[in-house]
Amino acid sequence: MSLSEAVALGLTEGEYGLIVERLGREPNQVELAMFSLMWSEHCAYKHSKKLLRTLPVEGPRLVLGPGENAGAVDVGEGWAVAFKVESHNHPSAVEPFQGAATGVGGILRDVFAIGARPIAVLDSLRFGEPTSERSRYLLDHAVAGIGHYGNSIGVANVGGEVYFEGPYEQNCLVNAMCVGLVRRERLIRSAAAGVGNRLVLFGASTGRDGIGGASVLASAELGDADADKRPTVQIGDPFEEKKLLECSLELLDRGLLVALQDLGAAGLTSSSSEMASKGEVGVEIDVRRVPLREPGMEPFEIMVSESQERMLCVCEPEQVDAVLEVCARWDVGGAVIGEIIAEREMRILDGGEVVGRIPVEALVDDCPLYDLEPAPPAQPLYPAPPATLEAGLDVRETLLALLASPNLSSRRPLFEQYDCLVGSRTVRRPEQADAAVLAMPTGGAIAIAIDGNGRRVAADPYRGAIEAVLECASNLACAGGEPLGLTNCLNFGNPEKPHIAWQLTEAVRGLADACRALDVPVVGGNVSLYNEGGEGPIYPTPVVGMVGELPDPLHAGRSGFALEGDAIAIAGPFRPSLAGSELAKLRGEPLPDGLPEIDVEAVRDAQRAIRDFVRAGRLSSAHDVAEGGLLVAVAEACLAGGLGATLELGDADEAQLFGEGPGGFVVSGSEAALRELGERVELRVIGRVDPGDLDVTVGGEELEITLDALRHAHGALAELFA
Amino acid sequence: MRFGVLQFPGSCDDRDAAHACGLVGEAVLLWHGDRDLKGADAIVIPGGFSYGDYLRAGAIARFSPVMESVIEFANDGGLVLGICNGFQVLTEAGLLPGALLPNVGLRFVCRQVDLEVVDGATAFTNLCADGEILSIPAKHQTGRYYAPDLDPDLVVLRYATGHCFNGSQDDIAGVRNARGNVFGLMPHPEHAVDPLTGSVDGLRIFESMAAHVGAAHVAL
Repeated sequence: MSLSEAVALGLTEGEYGLIVERLGREPNQVELAMFSLMWSEHCAYKHSKKLLRTLPVEGPRLVLGPGENAGAVDVGEGWAVAFKVESHNHPSAVEPFQGAATGVGGILRDVFAIGARPIAVLDSLRFGEPTSERSRYLLDHAVAGIGHYGNSIGVANVGGEVYFEGPYEQNCLVNAMCVGLVRRERLIRSAAAGVGNRLVLFGASTGRDGIGGASVLASAELGDADADKRPTVQIGDPFEEKKLLECSLELLDRGLLVALQDLGAAGLTSSSSEMASKGEVGVEIDVRRVPLREPGMEPFEIMVSESQERMLCVCEPEQVDAVLEVCARWDVGGAVIGEIIAEREMRILDGGEVVGRIPVEALVDDCPLYDLEPAPPAQPLYPAPPATLEAGLDVRETLLALLASPNLSSRRPLFEQYDCLVGSRTVRRPEQADAAVLAMPTGGAIAIAIDGNGRRVAADPYRGAIEAVLECASNLACAGGEPLGLTNCLNFGNPEKPHIAWQLTEAVRGLADACRALDVPVVGGNVSLYNEGGEGPIYPTPVVGMVGELPDPLHAGRSGFALEGDAIAIAGPFRPSLAGSELAKLRGEPLPDGLPEIDVEAVRDAQRAIRDFVRAGRLSSAHDVAEGGLLVAVAEACLAGGLGATLELGDADEAQLFGEGPGGFVVSGSEAALRELGERVELRVIGRVDPGDLDVTVGGEELEITLDALRHAHGALAELFA
Repeated sequence: MRFGVLQFPGSCDDRDAAHACGLVGEAVLLWHGDRDLKGADAIVIPGGFSYGDYLRAGAIARFSPVMESVIEFANDGGLVLGICNGFQVLTEAGLLPGALLPNVGLRFVCRQVDLEVVDGATAFTNLCADGEILSIPAKHQTGRYYAPDLDPDLVVLRYATGHCFNGSQDDIAGVRNARGNVFGLMPHPEHAVDPLTGSVDGLRIFESMAAHVGAAHVAL
């Protein structure tokens, strides 16, 4: 094979030279195909691995950390919760329904590959402004795809977030997080072991779909010719995955497996070589033993196909029949395709004839890692958003405009398309609390949330990333959850460009500092780079997912006001500013150059206090102040609880009413409870829950807004689906 | 009281249904490929996407070996409850009248809905009063009930005013057969059995079945 072919497959000249050096010869077609995938950004993390090593990965409750298919934390009594977030951005930009559906399928497989039963999915989505027809199309189809896959397989979709911003117009983001439940002793690793043990491929047959998905699609910028890349997007079959899931868990229940691994990006090549690498062994695979969907597939196609719904396991020779029997019971195809060998090489056969030999290490570990060359941009990277808000609006009009804006309006039209109940664990559904709450077999519960705010990270990558972590932890705190672990998906542009490298470096530094301050380990995650279209990079978007625990699900927090006569307070070290806020965006203001300083420890302490009071049942409601600021948070609490409020806000200025920043909580409860909470955190009583409207006195003026008016504004997203 | 809960490849709410049944009796899972109903006093066909439902919801499950036994069981007067996909399977099997069509909005919808008990005297609702409102979640894409020649006496549950999102004829949420021993509904009573996860109104359906079977045993 020649250098030009290698370059066409996404390798650089230098990388090709290294491959030739490691092999001592030119690679043949099979070998080059395998290298091009395994040495792609998507598989090798060659621009991010060094940075990821700076993230804290230790914690007292950690069970499985980065490097396995998913991370896991201990939730007591022998149970562990596994979780991970992953992107499927480029496939979704090219074919949103299947791209999003297979994104869900992929992350589910990661979780059941370690032996956990998936119990929840969350998603984090980014699109261009909904005024664009393409954005509406992408949103509509991505949501339908997520629903199609998750609903059909019977895993509850319990939460998520969607934001609309111009820089995602060409390159939407579709990140999916899966949470699973497993007995600690049932966790299985992916390291292959035992020379002579068999490799069994089970699940769907292998076709020509998704060839080159990880390299030419996922590891390059998007461009005009992307319609041509549609064949690189896989087609999902949730029924096949449902059988595969039940089959895999039954194989593990019966103790038939030595190791298990899902097939994702780079298909058989990455799954088998990573199993071999972790187990310090080699594998021999005969491609003619792989059940195929169509005749005449070349060995290289079989090795790199990304056909969905497949798993690879290692079992002892005497267990093969039992393994295939379980597969047959679930009507899942299964075939022995090779075995573990002592020589640490990937030996690929075609009907007995050797068609590829690569040292495992060369394929898995020897991809060069690149140093980033970060440099802050000399001038603003992103144009100011278009102004969509008239000037001179009063407080009432501003509040209603914010509630109706695409980023703040209710997500009900979206999340109602997902089954949030299956599994009978859902204690808090979407819009009932800031985090989803699921009951655990221990009698306790977990709280789960996923967050990211690209616009604020674009304004200040370091502080924006800290805010994302704090936001997620605040959401858990409002539900009563203490964070146990964090997973992240780093969605960025082309890291070879210095300003993107700078965004990435600063954001990872922020993530690491925030995780250390909260004492939360990163259990794993995913990096998605080259998220750029013809008009430039996306907003840098680290998405963080957190799992926390609370001892008693009966005391899971709620976001909505619950009791007439309760006092309402703003609690926490909240220092709101209009810089980078939703209101500033609607006014068409350019991104600020930096965000205000954050007292991370003070925010952490406030989260702890809120959490303690929620858990003790002392608060009727707790809601984190996020996009739109204080008044929007109060309005949301009114709508979630179906109750009004009377607020006395003195001479509060616009920044105090609509400004944003971490560390603010709208809480309600008895005056005694709030007084006690005030002994632990900054707290100011601002009003009272009442049955009527939202009445606000500010600057000597009284405003009266009916719940119907709030509800009407908040329901604006539904029109996009009309 | 022993409930047999069917399990097809693609069943999603099978464990949930077994859990709900377990709160009022004993629950056994019945595999789609087996004909043995394991001595069940009543059969529950749970929600999900049996065999993927790529053809038409319930169209393949209706031909499964276990359904041969269920049809026989129903013809002998045994109690059969079909929830969501189970309702679809029962209409496909001809055990219940009518058919389930795609929702008017053509989208999957998951929502807590209010149901009005139209007939509180059936084997499945005998612990409910006529006109009582039950809060139970519904979640489906193919739940628009259609039966132009339906005998109105067979209607057991209706969606309360403003709660029917799927476009069902006359807001019908659940119907029985003429004999009264087979009942299907789109909403999920098995997801309304614990105050922790929502309401407990769904439990009444399972308790009614147990009461009916218990009364039948006493009569014997």
